[in-house]
Amino acid sequence: MLARRAKDLRSQEAASVLHIRLADGRAVRIPTGKIIRYYQPNALSAPERLGMAVMNFWRFLSEDPREANTEGGIFPAIFGTFVMTVLMSVLVTPFGVLAAIYLREYAKPGLWLRGVRIAVNNLAGVPSIVFGVFGLGFFVYGVGSFVDRWFFGEALPTPTFGTGGVLWASLTLALMTVPVVIVAAEESLASVPKGTREGSLACGASKWQTIRRVVLPAAAPGIMTGFILAMARGAGEVAPLMLVGVVKYAPTLPLDGIFPFLHPERKFMHLGFHIYDLGFQSPDSEAAKPMVFATTLVLIALVVLLNLAAILVRKNLRRKYAGGTF
Amino acid sequence: MPAELFKALRREPDAGTNVTAPETARPLIDVEGYNFYYGSKQALFGIRMGIPEKQVTALIGPSGCGKSTLLRSFNRMNDLVEGSRHEGNIRLGGRSIFDPALEVISLRRRMGMVFQKSNPFPKSIYENVVYGLRVAGQNDRRTLDAVAERSLKAAALWDEVKDQLGESALKLSGGQMQRLCIARAIANNPEIILMDEPCSALDPVATTKIEELIFELKKDYTIVIVTHNMQQAARVSDWTAFFYLGRLVEFDGTKKIFLSPSQKQTEDYITGRFG
Repeated sequence: MLARRAKDLRSQEAASVLHIRLADGRAVRIPTGKIIRYYQPNALSAPERLGMAVMNFWRFLSEDPREANTEGGIFPAIFGTFVMTVLMSVLVTPFGVLAAIYLREYAKPGLWLRGVRIAVNNLAGVPSIVFGVFGLGFFVYGVGSFVDRWFFGEALPTPTFGTGGVLWASLTLALMTVPVVIVAAEESLASVPKGTREGSLACGASKWQTIRRVVLPAAAPGIMTGFILAMARGAGEVAPLMLVGVVKYAPTLPLDGIFPFLHPERKFMHLGFHIYDLGFQSPDSEAAKPMVFATTLVLIALVVLLNLAAILVRKNLRRKYAGGTF
Repeated sequence: MPAELFKALRREPDAGTNVTAPETARPLIDVEGYNFYYGSKQALFGIRMGIPEKQVTALIGPSGCGKSTLLRSFNRMNDLVEGSRHEGNIRLGGRSIFDPALEVISLRRRMGMVFQKSNPFPKSIYENVVYGLRVAGQNDRRTLDAVAERSLKAAALWDEVKDQLGESALKLSGGQMQRLCIARAIANNPEIILMDEPCSALDPVATTKIEELIFELKKDYTIVIVTHNMQQAARVSDWTAFFYLGRLVEFDGTKKIFLSPSQKQTEDYITGRFG
């Protein structure tokens, strides 16, 4: 039924053809179905050209890719990068801050604490592709197939969570960036003056109340710095993502208007991977060159924008606690 | 010589209430043969004294003599020091503060503390004052408002900050911050206020304000103040204890200590011949 309809449509598409005679006398036939838009460059006035350029750039930002990514826009890649980065930051911050609180406030100095510190520092030096392999093995094949077996059994053998997805990609990157957050948060916790803690304890607050109500707010700007660093590192990462959820073309977005809005199991597109795909995997890399450069620019701009947003938040925090230690 | 000095410094010349000897006053805090150690180093040696109720007791002595250690023993802030231990006992209203059944949190609620360096929290002025109540689980807005106003008025800060209660406490001046810390210390309605050199980081104007405040506060609270400044001890206190090298050398009425100390060491220190 559907196939017949598609065939119908295809034959309709081929039915009307545009015949053009070029200036050198050649005749060209273009099926109208292949025409996306047309314009007459020589007939355009200057403001129209400018408008055209702006529109082209807007289309580049807002449209889906066409012709195996070599034409059209990069919107899904921008959106995928954004969602993945935000999700990663949301996951990494609480975990990193809790770890820092434990290390700085609760752990007794000794072999165990030293061991954990060394492990954290080593984690920061592990190549990112190793995190990708770990994410694939642990999150995708381990946790993912477990989740599938328990919650999505009716869909098996088609995996739901047992394959790469934006959640596993975010978790993998969160794991990769957690040392940055831990180190920054620990430093900022340590820089909260002893007098402030004693003041709180002398008011009859417990240790946890002191940490939650006084130490954490005072350390918040420093923790934000760690958050920014982690975000910057995570947003530009490509290698581990290729293993845990990034695809060349994703027909759906990880965040949309259909319940439950955020679809953590969906594969997604990523600007970094898009650059790689355009520049090195497309059939005509020379023709894709402008796309590669433009995509690179957009990726850098996105990272800068995300960082600026976080820096603004930090500035607000600092103003709120003006005169603090930062 | 110390007599003239004392008269010149003392703003209330007729401090006639101070003549009773320490033994006759009803002590609120009893220190009974208290030894304190930082690791292997002993900081306090057999301290024995009674802090009288609703009076100002000053602890004086050169740096490292143990006066701050004793003060911080009263609300068990020394518990936080790694490797510290103590011998002997301290009683608050007859009950040992080291009694395992007595929670250290409830002990600290009965004693407000003001530190050498003012340490307001990175919160609004209002939240700073009501912090002690908040951590005790009190969240009723009307109660908090009332306590904030009462405490700030008692700390002589209300008129200066009543229009900016929602603003960050870290924007206040040094003297205001210290008075805010005093307001915070009395918001819990404690019996005792412990002050650890509260004016050492303040200019003379701010110091005068704090001293006037101490004079007001002693109507309602027992105050123990550690100070490096002997003039200050002479001005604000009813009782003075002189410490030297971890030992309590002399404890008597302030007037007695400054006019006719019974120990040679005390006299030397007070007249500045110490060294």
